Amino acid sequence: MRPAVRAEWTKLRTVVGTSWLVLGTIVVTVTLSAFVVTAESSANTGAGVDLTKLSLTGIYLGQAVVAVLGVVAIGSEYGFGVMRSTLAAMPRRSTVLAAKAVVVGGLVLATGTFAVGACLLAGRLILPRHGFTAAHGYALLSFASGPTLRAAAGSVLYLALVALLSLGVAASVRSSAAGIGIVLGLLYLFPIVAAVIPGAHWQRHLQQIGPMTAGLAIQATTNLRSLPIGPWAGLGVLAAWAAGALIVGGLLLWLRDA
Amino acid sequence: MSDTTTPYRSGLPNGRAGFAQTLRAEGTKLRTVRGWVIALVVAGLLIVVMAAVATFHRQNTFQASPGSPVVVAHPFVPQGPGGEAVTDTFSFVHRPLAGDGSITVRVGSLTGLLAQSSTSHSTSADAQQATRPGLVPWAKAGLIVKEGTKQGSPYAAIMVTGSHGVRLQYDYTHDVAGSPGTIAAAAPRWLRLSRSGDLLTGYESADGAQWTRVGSARLAGLSETVQAGLFVTSPETRPSAQAFSSPSGSSASAVFDHVDLRGQWPEQSWSGGVVGAGTMTPTLTSGGYHQSDGTFTVSGSGDIAPAVDVGSTPADTLAGMFVGLIVVIVVGALFMTAEYRRGLIRTTLAATPRRGRVLAAKALVLGAATFAVGLVATAIAVPLGEHLLRVNGNYLYPVSVFSSVRVVAGTAGLLALAAIIALAVGTLLRRSAVAIVAVIAAIVLPNVLVITAALPLTASQWLLRLTPAAGLAIQQTLRAYPQVDYVYSPATGYFPLAPWAGFAVLCAYAALALGLAALALRRRDA
Repeated sequence: MRPAVRAEWTKLRTVVGTSWLVLGTIVVTVTLSAFVVTAESSANTGAGVDLTKLSLTGIYLGQAVVAVLGVVAIGSEYGFGVMRSTLAAMPRRSTVLAAKAVVVGGLVLATGTFAVGACLLAGRLILPRHGFTAAHGYALLSFASGPTLRAAAGSVLYLALVALLSLGVAASVRSSAAGIGIVLGLLYLFPIVAAVIPGAHWQRHLQQIGPMTAGLAIQATTNLRSLPIGPWAGLGVLAAWAAGALIVGGLLLWLRDA
Repeated sequence: MSDTTTPYRSGLPNGRAGFAQTLRAEGTKLRTVRGWVIALVVAGLLIVVMAAVATFHRQNTFQASPGSPVVVAHPFVPQGPGGEAVTDTFSFVHRPLAGDGSITVRVGSLTGLLAQSSTSHSTSADAQQATRPGLVPWAKAGLIVKEGTKQGSPYAAIMVTGSHGVRLQYDYTHDVAGSPGTIAAAAPRWLRLSRSGDLLTGYESADGAQWTRVGSARLAGLSETVQAGLFVTSPETRPSAQAFSSPSGSSASAVFDHVDLRGQWPEQSWSGGVVGAGTMTPTLTSGGYHQSDGTFTVSGSGDIAPAVDVGSTPADTLAGMFVGLIVVIVVGALFMTAEYRRGLIRTTLAATPRRGRVLAAKALVLGAATFAVGLVATAIAVPLGEHLLRVNGNYLYPVSVFSSVRVVAGTAGLLALAAIIALAVGTLLRRSAVAIVAVIAAIVLPNVLVITAALPLTASQWLLRLTPAAGLAIQQTLRAYPQVDYVYSPATGYFPLAPWAGFAVLCAYAALALGLAALALRRRDA
C-alpha cells in the first residue's frame, strides 16, 4: 500500500493542474464567503442569523473545485491512457483506488482546513462592521464555541467526502466530463428538486438523502431543530454516498478492462 | 531523359469550403456522437418529467389566520381592471353617487391591532384570537369611489396610511404619494375626493382650509352611478426576511368626522359592509362601523392592492431546466474539449484554417440543437404542468400570451446560451472537467444558493444581478409592487432584474466568452 500511495502522491503532486485546483479551492471558497458576509448587514436581517453558517457559504462553491480534483485524479488517467501503465505497475486494482482515495482525501483535508479557517477569519473580521455585534445579540465568531468548531471541522470533512464521492463516480464512468456532470448533479439537483416537489414530507426526505443537503447540515449552529437531519447524521449520509461511489467504482475497476 | 510523372489529381471538381460546409461538418460531429445525442434527448425528457413531478398532486394550502384550519382549495382571486390578480377586501361605508360630486372628511385617528404570533398548538378555529395594539405600515383609511361593491371593480381612493403618509391609489396597481406623516389626535388629516365624469382627483389638507392636490386618476368607462364613501383596511404582515413564513392578520380602526358631500348624491342613508367578506386572505376582524353625531368609527381588515403569494406561475413547472442545464453544459464543453483530447482539433483546423469560423459554426450548431431540444421540452412541460396545477385546484396567476411565450422560448434560449458559454469556456481552458465546473458554478450554483435559502436576501439579489444566473429572470411573470409589503425574493419568484435585462446579462457573458475563445483559438497552437 505504501508504495502505491507514494506513486499516487507523485502523480498528483507533479501534475500542473493540481496546484491550481488547490489554490482555486481556497480562493473561490473564501471569495464567496467574503462576498456573502460583506453583502449582509444586521439592519436587513434582524436577529437570529447563523453567522457560522453564513461565513461558511463559500463551501457551496469550493466543493465544485474539490470535485474536479477528485474526478481528474482518475478521469485524466483514462483520458490519456495512463491508466493502463498504472494498472500494469500495480495489478491490485483495489490498492490503486484506495491509494488514490488516501492521497486525494489527504490533500483535500489540508486544503479544506486552510479554506475553512480563512472563511471564518473573514467572517470574524467583516461581520462586526456590518452590525453583527454584541449590541445586536451576536457574538464574535470563535473556535472556542463548540458548535462553531464542529461546523468548521465538519466542513473540512465535508470537502474531503465530496472529493471521495467524485473519485468513486469518475472511477465508475471512466470520464472526467461525465463524472463531473454526475457529481455536480448529485450535489446541486437534490435541493432544487426538493424545493419544487409537492408535499413537505417528500421535501424533507429528499433533503435527508441528498449528499449536499444532508452533508451541509454540519454547518448549522443555531436552530438545529429545524434541520431536516442532524449535523453528524447528515455528514454520515454524505459519507455513505462517498463509500457507495467508491465501492461501485472499485468493483467496476476490478471487473472491467482499463 | 526520364519521364516526369504528373501527380495524381482527382477528376472531381474541388469541394467548396464555405461557412455552409463548416456548419455541415460540425453538425455531423454533434449528431454522430451517440452519447451526446442521447444526453440531449434525455435532458429534454427530464424537463417534461420534472414538470409533471413538480405539479402532480401539488396543492397550495391556505390558512385564513393562525389557528384556523388549513384549507386546500382553489382560492377565489379577483381580477382587477388590468387583468391582474388583486386583493380587494375592506370595510366600506358608502352611498351611491349619481354623477359628479365630491366628498370631504377629516380623519381624526388611525389605530390598529396585530394578531399575536400564536404558537401552533391552538387548533380551535373559533378561539378568540389574541391581539396586541399596533398599526401596520400599509394600514389604509380614507375615501374611495368605486364602480360597485364587486371585488376587483375599478376604484380611486385617497387615504392616510400607517406609515406611508397620504396616498392616492387607483385600480390596484397605481400609487401616488402625498405628504408624509402619521395621524394623531393633535395632527388630524383632511381628505377630499372629487369626481368629474371619469376623472377622480384627490386632495389633502392639514386644517380643512388650505388644500393640496395629491393627484388624479382617470377610470375609463366608469358608470354614471358609483358607490362612494369611507373605507378602512389593514393588510396581513409577515415576519421580515423569512420568505416562507405564514402571514398573520391585522386590523385598523379610523375615526372620521366633518363629512361633507357636494354634488349629485341621491337622498339615501349610509350603508356599511365588508367588501370581499369570507375570502381566504388573512383578516382579523369581520369589520364594522359605528355612526353617531356625524362621527364615523370604521374598522376593517384586508387590503386593496395587487395580490401576492396566492398562486403558481409558469416558472413553477420548469424546475427540470436545471437538469437540462447541467446536461447541455457537459455536452457543450465536450463539443470542443473532446477535439483537443483526441487530437481531432488539428484535423479540423487543417480543413478549416479560418479558426474563428470553426468556433462560430460550432456555436451555431450547438446553440440551434440545444434551443430546439429545449423549446420542444418546455413547450410541452409548461402547458402540461399548468394543466396539472389547475386540475389539482391551484390558482394560476393570469399571464399574457406574450409572457407565456417569453417564458417557454426564453428557457430554451437559456439552455442554448449555457451550452454556448460552456463551449467557449471549454475552448479557453481545453479541459472538460474545469470548464464544466466553471460554467455550472456560474449558472446553476447561484440558483441553488437562492433556492436553499442559504443566502440572505441582499446577497441573493446581487448574485442574480452579477452572475450569468441573472438570465433566469426571463422566467419571471410576477411584478413587485412597493405598495404591498412582501418578501420579494428570487426564491418567491421575484428577480432583481427585469426579464429581458437579466437575459441580456447572460447574453453579454456568452458574447464575452465567445470573444475570448475566438482570440485564444487564433493565438494558440492547437
